Amino acid sequence: MTPQSTLMVVAPIEASREAELRHLLARMNSEVGVADPGNPLLPFSQFSTLHFARFVILDDATAEDLRAYGADPLPPTKSLAFLCDCDGPADHLRGELAKRAGDGLRKIFSCCLEFPADCDLEMWMEEHDKPAATAYTNWLGRTVMQVLEENDLRSALVTQLQSSTHANASPQQVWRALQAFVASEQRGGRLVLTPPSPTPWRWRIKDLLHLFGVPLLLLLVSPLLLLYLPFFLIQLRLRESKDAEIVPRADAAFVKNLASREDRILTNQFSAYGNLKPGTFRRWTLIFLLFAVNYTTRHIYNRGFLARVNTIHFARWVFLDNRKRLFFASNYDGSLESYMGDFINKVAWGLNLVFSNGVGYPKTYWLVLDGAKDEQKFKDYIRRHQLPSEVWYDATPGITAFDMERNSRIRDGIEEHAMTDAEVAEWVKLF
Amino acid sequence: MAFTQADYQDMQGLLRFGYGALTEACFLLLRIEDAAAAGLWLEGAPLATAEVQIPPPAKALQLAFTCEGLRKLRVAEETVNGFSAEFLSGMVGDENRSRRLGDIGESAPQHWQWGGPGNVPDMVAMIYARPGQLEAWKLSLEDGLKASGFVLLQCLPTTDMGGVEPFGFVDGVSQPQLDWEGRRSTSGDKLTYENLCALGEFVLGYPNEYGKNTGRPLISKQQAADLPDAEDAAGHADLGRNGTYMVLRQLEQDVRGFWRFADAQTNSDEAARLDLAEKMVGRRITGDPLLHARAQAITVGGTSADDARLNDFTYDEDRDGTMSPMGAHVRRANPRNSDFSAGTHGLWSKLVHMTGFGRTYTREDIIASTRFHRLLRRGREYGSKLTAEQRLEQAPPDAVVTGLQFACLNANIARQFEFVQNAWLMGSKFDGLNDESDPLLGNREQVAGCPVDKFSVPSAHGVRKQIQNVPRFITVRGGAYFFLPGVRALRYIARAARI
Repeated sequence: MTPQSTLMVVAPIEASREAELRHLLARMNSEVGVADPGNPLLPFSQFSTLHFARFVILDDATAEDLRAYGADPLPPTKSLAFLCDCDGPADHLRGELAKRAGDGLRKIFSCCLEFPADCDLEMWMEEHDKPAATAYTNWLGRTVMQVLEENDLRSALVTQLQSSTHANASPQQVWRALQAFVASEQRGGRLVLTPPSPTPWRWRIKDLLHLFGVPLLLLLVSPLLLLYLPFFLIQLRLRESKDAEIVPRADAAFVKNLASREDRILTNQFSAYGNLKPGTFRRWTLIFLLFAVNYTTRHIYNRGFLARVNTIHFARWVFLDNRKRLFFASNYDGSLESYMGDFINKVAWGLNLVFSNGVGYPKTYWLVLDGAKDEQKFKDYIRRHQLPSEVWYDATPGITAFDMERNSRIRDGIEEHAMTDAEVAEWVKLF
Repeated sequence: MAFTQADYQDMQGLLRFGYGALTEACFLLLRIEDAAAAGLWLEGAPLATAEVQIPPPAKALQLAFTCEGLRKLRVAEETVNGFSAEFLSGMVGDENRSRRLGDIGESAPQHWQWGGPGNVPDMVAMIYARPGQLEAWKLSLEDGLKASGFVLLQCLPTTDMGGVEPFGFVDGVSQPQLDWEGRRSTSGDKLTYENLCALGEFVLGYPNEYGKNTGRPLISKQQAADLPDAEDAAGHADLGRNGTYMVLRQLEQDVRGFWRFADAQTNSDEAARLDLAEKMVGRRITGDPLLHARAQAITVGGTSADDARLNDFTYDEDRDGTMSPMGAHVRRANPRNSDFSAGTHGLWSKLVHMTGFGRTYTREDIIASTRFHRLLRRGREYGSKLTAEQRLEQAPPDAVVTGLQFACLNANIARQFEFVQNAWLMGSKFDGLNDESDPLLGNREQVAGCPVDKFSVPSAHGVRKQIQNVPRFITVRGGAYFFLPGVRALRYIARAARI
């Protein structure tokens, strides 16, 4: 099994070169916001382990909101962020990027401050990496290659099913016939189903240590946490009752720019950026919560769904600017309206847990209640904090996260030696 | 928030009635040339309200405005900006919207007969009358409008097809039931599908399914003393209250294309042809559901025995689509599910499902919470009704075009009409499907290289049948988003125009 990882290079943009940078980025696209996979600057499709990538300009349009909390806005900065979700270690991808797209990346990053022309690109990217506080992968271990191979498998099987008569065949007969078909296609080299690579032992040890270490640690400090809990709850409720909601509708031109980048393929990108509520209480609450959520995404929610939502491919929360700002990025299936609908109707509690620590969020109650359930305020809040992705790459357009899960189940059935009638009947329904 | 009694007197009748007895109707698309004159006409317009009249009226007039229309009537910009973003942008104001609604290819706005870029009407006057009484009334109204600063852009005709839509299926079988008395509690998750919907889903100024008032223009009370009060903002008058948004779309239907396709797929076997057509629609041609009646009735529908027979079902008992395919038109348009997947009962099971566990099959819980995505349909057919024989014939060169003047009312266009159209009807991945969009409404335009011209018919005993190369049967010919104001709001708008 090949674990997935993320990288995020962040560097401030040299003000005088912002226009040039935007021009460079726009040239990488085949249509507004959607990358040309083979663009000469960064030919994304040549990196076979890359699931998603994007360039975003971090520009805090809501900085002034802090004044409502009696704090001064952070100094305005514009930074370039480059994000990748990939198979295998990020170090490896960084090396490959530097080796095979070095010229293009240098051209892009040269528009940033702190980029000496003679620097070692790989090292520079590592130095400017911002690790995710929480990273979510829809399916741990599912590689780009696997997604593509399994999608080909499904397509071939669907075509096969339509071209031959299975009308009177029993599910068992259909299953056996498809297994034979796949075996012959594999022999002919028309279908490939690469077996998973062995799990790196270093990763496995680290993962096990994390799996057991975190609960152990929590258990050890739990007496302290329990003692603090009543004070925490009082502080929380005091703050929740007076924290200002800042939820005006986002500017129409701003929304139009965002929307121009959406719904071009079946999957969409989402980037959001905002300030934490000032003070240590919210900061440490969020640090703790994201640490806890990261535990669940690492060990529990890595099999096709994040709580009730199964349309998210990759997502991450990243602290920036000394943990005074939070950046959120995700890749999801369907339109933003349905994505926000899922947030509100299916996982409002989870959204509240994290984002209610952000400035201006709709009023919550005990950290998980209300908040996102105030539908229109929440939707306006989301849109206003969103950032346009200047360039966005999806290695597997047209294949939703649900498709991927279903395709893997189809493959499982093909590779299975024995299934009961009931199992086969369920499997056949996958087509 | 205490529910205040719905004010029928202040509402246009379309919110409460379909005007079924007024079988003749046409929709006049108008441009406003002279705001002051138009305002004067609007102040005296004989608007039909939602009050029950005895005897029932012989005719009815309903009025609605686009955003352009409100601006021409000199409604203050600040007030106009209080309407929803979709309404302000309009149906064709953004390419992203056209992509989401599937208005691309032949259905793209630049081909529209009305409502396309630069061709958006300011107002629609919908007129309804008893048989034989429309023409004279229409002429006199037209005269009055023309003399009052309006220009008639187009008259969208309608045809009484006797409760049947052009393909030949009984139409308008299922409608949401509006909670006029505020009986429904919207708090908490709903574990069963219900047809009773919070009034605020369809009428502005009342709480919606989230228990909140949908955004609409609020004006300080001093400036608009005779508008209704805003329930949720003290000291404010509510321009939206007792009004709603209306989505109007002219959908041309290729009736012969539909039946000839079904015929070709079934080797002209009459029963198989009808069966396939019914599977695509998701109901029998008579309007009956494809699912068997429930053993234990759930009152999803209204109170009449007919409605119970037609609507007391959900798809929980047909999760694999062997009775009604997942992709069937009416199943897409209203998947009839609750906030949690079927079988969620009690606190523990809710907790398990809430955290994403307890799924028993792959497609479980992909779609949920239908209650936030309901539409009140008020459309009318147009063109000529074909007989069953004519439907199978090649179209003569002088064939009259036929279709639906689709109209629906909703308080939140983005969450209701646009969501249903985008995620459920046009969505090529709806409910775990692949490579297919709505069998009736689909535009068959590929997205991200994925075809959308298939239709899957699951079978109880084996592999689902996938029908290939389904043609486009419906082409959009026009459309716009309108605000259908309450009576007092209309008078307010009319006065704004005269100042």
